[in-house]
Amino acid sequence: MSTALRFDPIRLPPECGALRKEVRAFLTEHIAAGTFDPHHGGHGESYNRAFSKSVGAKGWIGMTWPKKYGGHERSQLERFVVTEEFRVANAPSNLHFVADRQSGPILLKYASEHIKQDILPRICRGELCFAIGMSEPGSGSDLFAAKAKATKVENGWRINGSKIWTTSAHVADYMLALFRTSPPTKENRRHGLTQFLVDLKTPGISVHPINQMTGLPGFNEVVFADAFVPDDHLLGEIDGAWKQATSELAYERSGPERFLDTFYVMLELIRAVGPEPDLRSAEGLGRLVAQLHTLRRMSVSVAGMLQAGKEPVVEGSIVKDLGTLWEQKLPARVRELAAFVDPEMTNRATLDEQLAIATTIAPKLTIQGGTTEILRGIIARGLGLR
Amino acid sequence: MPGEASHLVAETAARILADFADPQTVNRDTDGSWKTRLWNALNAAGLTLAWVPETLGGSGASIADGFAILGAAGRAALAAPLAETLAAGWLLAQGGIEAPATSMTVAPCRPRERITIDAEGELNGRASGVPFAREAAHIAVLVQDGVSERIALIQIQECCVSEGRNVAGDPVDTVLFEGAKPLRVAAAPPGFTQDILMLMGSVIRSVEIAGALETILALSVAYANERIAFERPIGKFQAVQQNLARLAGETAAAIAVAGSAADAVAGADQFDDDVFLEVVSAKIRTAEAAAEGAAIAHQVFGAIGFTQEHVLHRFTLRMLAWRDDFGNESYWANELGKRAACRGAEEFWPWVASR
Repeated sequence: MSTALRFDPIRLPPECGALRKEVRAFLTEHIAAGTFDPHHGGHGESYNRAFSKSVGAKGWIGMTWPKKYGGHERSQLERFVVTEEFRVANAPSNLHFVADRQSGPILLKYASEHIKQDILPRICRGELCFAIGMSEPGSGSDLFAAKAKATKVENGWRINGSKIWTTSAHVADYMLALFRTSPPTKENRRHGLTQFLVDLKTPGISVHPINQMTGLPGFNEVVFADAFVPDDHLLGEIDGAWKQATSELAYERSGPERFLDTFYVMLELIRAVGPEPDLRSAEGLGRLVAQLHTLRRMSVSVAGMLQAGKEPVVEGSIVKDLGTLWEQKLPARVRELAAFVDPEMTNRATLDEQLAIATTIAPKLTIQGGTTEILRGIIARGLGLR
Repeated sequence: MPGEASHLVAETAARILADFADPQTVNRDTDGSWKTRLWNALNAAGLTLAWVPETLGGSGASIADGFAILGAAGRAALAAPLAETLAAGWLLAQGGIEAPATSMTVAPCRPRERITIDAEGELNGRASGVPFAREAAHIAVLVQDGVSERIALIQIQECCVSEGRNVAGDPVDTVLFEGAKPLRVAAAPPGFTQDILMLMGSVIRSVEIAGALETILALSVAYANERIAFERPIGKFQAVQQNLARLAGETAAAIAVAGSAADAVAGADQFDDDVFLEVVSAKIRTAEAAAEGAAIAHQVFGAIGFTQEHVLHRFTLRMLAWRDDFGNESYWANELGKRAACRGAEEFWPWVASR
């Protein structure tokens, strides 16, 4: 516990430049073929099995994983380049991204050998979509209030209960989920949760989509009624999932996806103000550029620390706290800065349309994957305050 | 990335600053006698002329080492012209001019002010906001001869100094050059412009602001753990924890962007568009962090932090003042915004992601 924060000025190594060119060429090809529209922000068409398979074929899923599991043993910094280029192009990555970012690394660390042999290569080929089963109707940020239960039976576990707000469950193949295997103890209320790999095609599991306020699907409630999970799908320590949670966080929280989710409105703003902006637009745009550059340099720095084998939990949480607040406020700031630009100008309609999308998705950005309040609690703990 | 050498230099600087410019001692000092002792120690350690090559009378440290010294100066909220002397030495070295072993400052310090040199070799013009001019023995001046840039070294007695103070109470003077005779004049290297001097000054201030924020965060967390209210340390209250987490975020942003800009300048052979993005972003974002960070720290400390006796203001006010030197954040945001708009939407992301 210390107030010393580290953000070394990590530079992307030369191989990242060549990779970036390759990624841009690949995306340009798919845009030309009509696979997706780079000028369409938001997540409406974000699940695309064929596209995810072509990403897998390029070797851009599971990039950092061992080759024997289908990975490519490339660096976190190379993975960073792929992630940011995909985000900026609005390429549909929802199908494979969660598995690539966090489910795969957890399986690598805690799954049995034959599960790793079975599942990881399929993730790398872009064939599998993962969901994360954490929140429940009575347990959101307070993860350790989870009640959905796993009971030991012969050769496995019976699970009962429900998970909610589960992104992607309506298309996902698997879920990594926490289930209660013992009651919490007086000394440790985090005790008693165990992590499982759950095949969502298992009998006894039903998925009920819940439309988001954008009007699009995204959330789900997943109900487990006596669903059977075999023994070898248990991950890590029985009752000890809380110990496994922290290292996952640095991976989940510090990537470019934590500040680029509304980036498209910034590009529309640049189109709207034109090559010779007035003082107000230029000054406002300049601040946004400086803030974006800062977030990116922070995020690269954390990727560098992950590559060096460190677990920068506090630094990662800071990137997500600052990054998600920034991308959340971005549409409001762009709206203000574009207020006085010529309504006849060519991209006004596109700008308004993009702003509508970004404004609608903005509220969720500081909730998903750890709320602002939870992140700040983690940061405060790192500072030695709790 | 700061290497082992920079680490050692930073440690030396921090030790000297702790011995001779401890904020508590400086805060109680009334006659400024600490400054002479400090300067002698800094000089003896070769820190004041770090950016001057040995052939020109300096210690020939790397650019990265110099920034390490400035980080230490920022962490100590130093109210003496160390950064200014470093910058002056750096500017003189660009012209191959030998640096005097005195305290110095630089001019101009505002982007739009110009000092000219006439056919007789005399300087004319007005530089405002010059830090520590009245305490410096010499000024390194970037001058225009109508065709190109030149670098001049001049004694302070040749100039007319009208005294001012910044919000931290440090000298920020207006220097009038009216037919002032320099000691030396040399051509600036090809392509050297006043913008480059402003950019170098901006990285210097960004690194100092980030350093000040580091100390402010440490002081604030320590105080929140000590101060008891409602029967427990105030740091146990979630409202206070959330504020301190925000302060950590602002500090982190400042450290990251200033460190990145310093690294970019240390590794660059010219101030191109990519270095411009790094440096200008650092000045803008550290200035924003200073404003947010100062407000949060004072909120944590309450009334005690608002007293003359407490050291907090030495850090908060000084970093707020540093925002104004070498182009403030609004000036640079306008310049950065114009450049981004000029590149256009298609060329914007490739620029941001270029390094």
